[in-house]
Amino acid sequence: MTDTLTPVLTRFWDVPESWKLATYERHDGYRALRKALTMKPEEVLAEVKDSSIRGRGGAGFPTGLKWSFMSPPDGGPRYLVVNADESEPGTCKDIPLMMANPHELVEGAAIASYAIGCEKAFIYLRGEVVHVYRRLLSAVAEARAAGYLGRDVLGSGATLDIVVHAGAGAYECGEETALLDSLEGRRGQPRSKPPFPGAQGLYARPTSVNNVESIASVAGILRHGADWFKSMGTEKSTGFGIFSLSGHVAHPGQFEAPLGITMRELLDLAGGIRQGHRLKFWTPGGSSTPILTEDYLDVPLDFDSVAAAGSMLGTRALQVFDETVSVVRAVARWTEFYQHESCGKCTPCREGTYWLRQVMTRLEHGKGSQDDVDKLLDMCENILGRAFCALGDAATMPVTSGIKHFREEFEAGMHTPADVLFPLANSALFEVSDTKESSGMVTT
Amino acid sequence: MTTTTSPGAGGNSVSEGGDAQVPKGPNEVTVTIDGVPVNVPKGTLVIRAAERIGIEIPRFCDHPLLDPIGACRQCLVDVALPDKEGTPRPMPKPQASCTMVASEGMVVNTQNTSAVADKAQHGIIEFLLVNHPLDCPVCDKGGECPLQNQSMSNGRPDSRYEDVKRTYPKPINVSAQILLDRDRCILCTRCTRFADEIAGDPYLVLAERGGLQQVSIYEEKPFDSYFSGNTVQICPVGALTGAAYRFRSRPFDLVSTSSVCEHCASGCGIRTDHRRGVVLRRMGLNTPEVNAEWNCDKGRWAFTYATQPDRIELPMVRGDDGDLRVVGWPEALAVAAKGLAGSRAGVLVGGRVSAEDAYAYGKFARTVLGTNDVDFRARPHTAEEADFLARHVVGTGVPEAAGFSEGARGVSEGAAEGTGGGTGVSYADLEQAKAVLLVGFEPEDESPIVFLRLRKAFRKHGTRVFSVAPFTSRGLKKMGGTLVPTAPGHEAETLRALAGSKTGRLADEALTDGGIVLVGERLAQTPGALTAAAGLAAAKGARLAWVPRRAGERGALEAGAIGHLLPGGRPVTDPAARAEVAAVWESGSLPQTPGRDSASIIAAAADGTLDALVVGGVDPLDLALPEAAAALERAFVVSFELRESAVTAVADVVLPVAPHAHKAGSFVDWEGRVRPFERALSSNAVSDYRAIDMLASEMGHFIETRTQAEIQAQFEALGPWSGQRAAATATPATPVVSTGAGEFVLATWATLLDAGRMQDGEPFLAGTAPRTVARVSPRAATWLGVGEDDTVTVTGPGGAVTVPAVIAGDMVDGVVWLPTNSPGCSVYRDLGARAGDHVNVTKGGLA
Ligand SMILES: Cc1cc2nc3c(=O)[nH]c(=O)nc-3n(C[C@H](O)[C@H](O)[C@H](O)COP(=O)(O)O)c2cc1C
Ligand code: SF4
Ligand code: SF4
Ligand code: SF4
Ligand code: FES
Repeated sequence: MTDTLTPVLTRFWDVPESWKLATYERHDGYRALRKALTMKPEEVLAEVKDSSIRGRGGAGFPTGLKWSFMSPPDGGPRYLVVNADESEPGTCKDIPLMMANPHELVEGAAIASYAIGCEKAFIYLRGEVVHVYRRLLSAVAEARAAGYLGRDVLGSGATLDIVVHAGAGAYECGEETALLDSLEGRRGQPRSKPPFPGAQGLYARPTSVNNVESIASVAGILRHGADWFKSMGTEKSTGFGIFSLSGHVAHPGQFEAPLGITMRELLDLAGGIRQGHRLKFWTPGGSSTPILTEDYLDVPLDFDSVAAAGSMLGTRALQVFDETVSVVRAVARWTEFYQHESCGKCTPCREGTYWLRQVMTRLEHGKGSQDDVDKLLDMCENILGRAFCALGDAATMPVTSGIKHFREEFEAGMHTPADVLFPLANSALFEVSDTKESSGMVTT
Repeated sequence: MTTTTSPGAGGNSVSEGGDAQVPKGPNEVTVTIDGVPVNVPKGTLVIRAAERIGIEIPRFCDHPLLDPIGACRQCLVDVALPDKEGTPRPMPKPQASCTMVASEGMVVNTQNTSAVADKAQHGIIEFLLVNHPLDCPVCDKGGECPLQNQSMSNGRPDSRYEDVKRTYPKPINVSAQILLDRDRCILCTRCTRFADEIAGDPYLVLAERGGLQQVSIYEEKPFDSYFSGNTVQICPVGALTGAAYRFRSRPFDLVSTSSVCEHCASGCGIRTDHRRGVVLRRMGLNTPEVNAEWNCDKGRWAFTYATQPDRIELPMVRGDDGDLRVVGWPEALAVAAKGLAGSRAGVLVGGRVSAEDAYAYGKFARTVLGTNDVDFRARPHTAEEADFLARHVVGTGVPEAAGFSEGARGVSEGAAEGTGGGTGVSYADLEQAKAVLLVGFEPEDESPIVFLRLRKAFRKHGTRVFSVAPFTSRGLKKMGGTLVPTAPGHEAETLRALAGSKTGRLADEALTDGGIVLVGERLAQTPGALTAAAGLAAAKGARLAWVPRRAGERGALEAGAIGHLLPGGRPVTDPAARAEVAAVWESGSLPQTPGRDSASIIAAAADGTLDALVVGGVDPLDLALPEAAAALERAFVVSFELRESAVTAVADVVLPVAPHAHKAGSFVDWEGRVRPFERALSSNAVSDYRAIDMLASEMGHFIETRTQAEIQAQFEALGPWSGQRAAATATPATPVVSTGAGEFVLATWATLLDAGRMQDGEPFLAGTAPRTVARVSPRAATWLGVGEDDTVTVTGPGGAVTVPAVIAGDMVDGVVWLPTNSPGCSVYRDLGARAGDHVNVTKGGLA
């Protein structure tokens, strides 16, 4: 590893009006698109494949491979859908990226569209972030006015256009098939696979769904070449990524670094744990990735090493919790999230999270019963791998990993409220006057 | 393999061992389920493959007739797929067997052989019960509930759930008939998928998400569908109930009888459930070749008409004071016999009779009354139609109608090898057809299962449906159909020059290659139209079928209850045909002049040419003949009836006959398929054929229609007719008769749910009937100065109705549509007009 930080997507976030086309053009903007348009689409695809970039949306599926798995062109429409639904607790990379540098995504989407033969791409944005929605709309408008989008882009003959769509704010709509249903105007519930989106996606046409960061990175890959990209990261997790540190660190924020960097290094960059405290547990990639402890600080943060350590790289959302935090309380909050966001389609997730939530609430209030902990584990076993989509699986991760590392705190929930063991005020980074805890009622 | 089956034990006769495999077909794959190899067609779902070898995987959302969804996760099994070397590689997690397609070499372990699958299934049931109220003791489904049953077979003995259940106020009405208890619902989406996929009425939907996800309707938009009752039947819990049955009974107290619906010519198999002599509910009976597992709401809920207070259970004769008085059978028969003896009588047979009943009426007319004056068409009809039925319909049954009683089969098989143009179009043929042209026929209202099958054909096989009609109905939309716009009365012109219009040309092209033409009974009202339809079918090489509305019409046609045909389509004018029948009937000779049709019988009775009428369950209003009342008044009338009616009001003798549930017999559906039904309730009510037999005996004739067996023996002895079909006699194509001077042409047909008397006594069902409205074109609306829901007054020769207007986007200008017989609008009674007549339309109240 050469450099600790590799600012590419974040390279000019601090420049005034970083989101404007002119600013972007001053920072090499749209050079990559010009270059791509001189190549054949299959050459562009080959370049991306050669970079070995793996999807930045969580699962880490190689992006070039996904594109090449799409059904071959048959003259009908083909779609690129950019997944900008970012709703995972802790995950906060795509939204700042689109806020500060929307043109990188627009350029990446144009290149990706060109590579897969798509004339109309969609950006499916989490609905709550209205300010990002505006930035994306004006970036697309600017790009269109400048001839980077529209008919006959830059005289190449290619038609490339982008529709920005604001969802209604459902975590499940980030699941790629639920996203497609939602985009088509249906309820955001996942579809059976097969058929996969590559064969029958949006409007039953071949579709590639890719994360914002995956697509934005394509611009850099074309600008500098696959070898440049591969020169960063590890052999199987090439390139760089945005690492989002939040919670009990001195300087939370975004750190764009090569994959394979360790948590210890990142903590150093963030100024360490907040003054006077020590690390208790952390998530490597958002709430859906099993929590880890101090013992894992030197695990390289690449897809395979984190998996080997029993968790997942996920979306590199590093939530940091110090010794003041009750694991039970944190897990209860996450469980509420999953229960609230369960789409309701399948039994284990819909009913399982409903039950998990009630048990977690009791434990948090010191009202657990003797077999609650074992029951939680068994319920999780009955959800994991039984649910229709990965949301159900994800809901079990905080619970099982929490019990794995901190079982005694769960057991204490049989008699002592979490707030007694870990007063909330000690964890707060600001003054709390009223310790508002979960009511335990379903308030969807 | 450890099991061996010796040939002697009924297994395969094989050279070694007893476990030989059925040879694998070219489009089959072999999968191994719980150690048992099985060959299944490619594309078969694992859950279906398991059923083939008797392995039942628990399930809730799965339904073989609905698209797979994989939502409940109850059917999880362990699956291993072969790698390149063919070694099975277990998949990391259990798979939903209801969405996974069986593939070559797949190894499946169900709950029987996999602890993982078994635990997964137990886990799902436990989750399903987390929010379930467990109110089985007061739930209609208790005792026949898949959730209850599978909780026993595949669930935990106790629940570990000790937290708070989600509750909802219960129940809510999703329609006038259907109630939803949301707390019982397990969100399998069978009901919503049924509504969306099968019925095409997506008004039952899911709302909210997560733990609050629930079945719902749109705001202010009830689940109005002719097929809504099917959702109650396929709901795997007691969440959906019909108001008519809710809290009436427990399944284990019911006695079930396999029956066939009496309401239309679709021929649905139904199950009649009764308790201590009272029919409590009816359900669709799985009959794959006919109605699959479905039926319509009329067939499900319209059965209380038979238990209304005006039901006639005892014979009656009219006394000198003009009042009917109850008498014993001997006296009633004596009075009837005396009145008929030596009279010139005609026989009117209603469309509700069984084939056996119709046979008895026909035989009675010929052998006892010595006349061919018998007709089952209690509705507008023509001589052209009679010719059409003789040439193209009678004796064209579906060949595979076997399995039914031999005798009854003869009814339709009479001339199965016949020479007619349309030989036995079946439901399966509709499903496979490239194109279907509907003429004078609105399937959703007039034969709902034909509608469902056409919708399925459209959805699954891309069948193109065209309709020669004045506007695009909701039903046509749901079949993805195309309108060939035609004002009533002009169908013949449209058919003769089909390629002449834009959409007609499409229909013309589509029919060429495996098309089917379906004509409705209404088409008889347009002179020349049936002839034109037959001509078109012949020219295109398309097949032709006739779909009457009433359940008894096709059987009555086959049984010879029409003036020019003897049983099996034998022409009365053909000496050989008469001889065949006379031999079986052991009667010297049979009348050879073709008989009068219903209208002529009425006319003859009105002017005194006929002096007696035998009427079997006909509502004179349905004939749309102004002179009907006078005819009944003047003639000596023997009425075979179920309930008080316009006929019994003037009849001289009333003989009570058995309602549907009290009798056995058979209908013949529109396909020509014989549909036998059993008697659900035992009582001393007699079917029409028995009452006629008694009357014949009283008159000194032994017509041997005492029992079904006797009638069947005669059918059998008659066998199919192999001679010439009846020749055409009528000259069609008289110009459109207009009885009024109005600006509009009247289009009308009866909606499935309306003011029909056979729907009496079921207010919840009536609440789901379509509103009574008049449909006009947008231009007509502008011209009349009315908007949607403003009232219009439609005036015919006999009066006027004032009803709300609905603007039908593509209605042919100058046409107004009204329901034939709905609350507040009886076209025959209130307007004195029929389809194709001219009427006046004005803004409401201005007439
Ligand atoms: C419940 C759930 C939520 C998800 N949310 C997101 C999301 O907000 N953004 C995203 O890119 N991927 C999300 N995913 C992953 C997507 O399904 C999909 O794998 C991803 O968009 C593919 O992009 P990539 O190949 O570029 O990583 C989610 C998956 C699940 C199961
Ligand atoms: S696991 Fe099931 S209920 Fe949960 S979000 Fe996915 S499909 Fe919906
Ligand atoms: S009401 Fe019945 S059929 Fe409909 S989703 Fe609920 S359980 Fe399934
Ligand atoms: S479709 Fe016809 S036969 Fe079937 S249930 Fe309805 S009325 Fe009866
Ligand atoms: S039966 Fe298979 S998931 Fe419901």
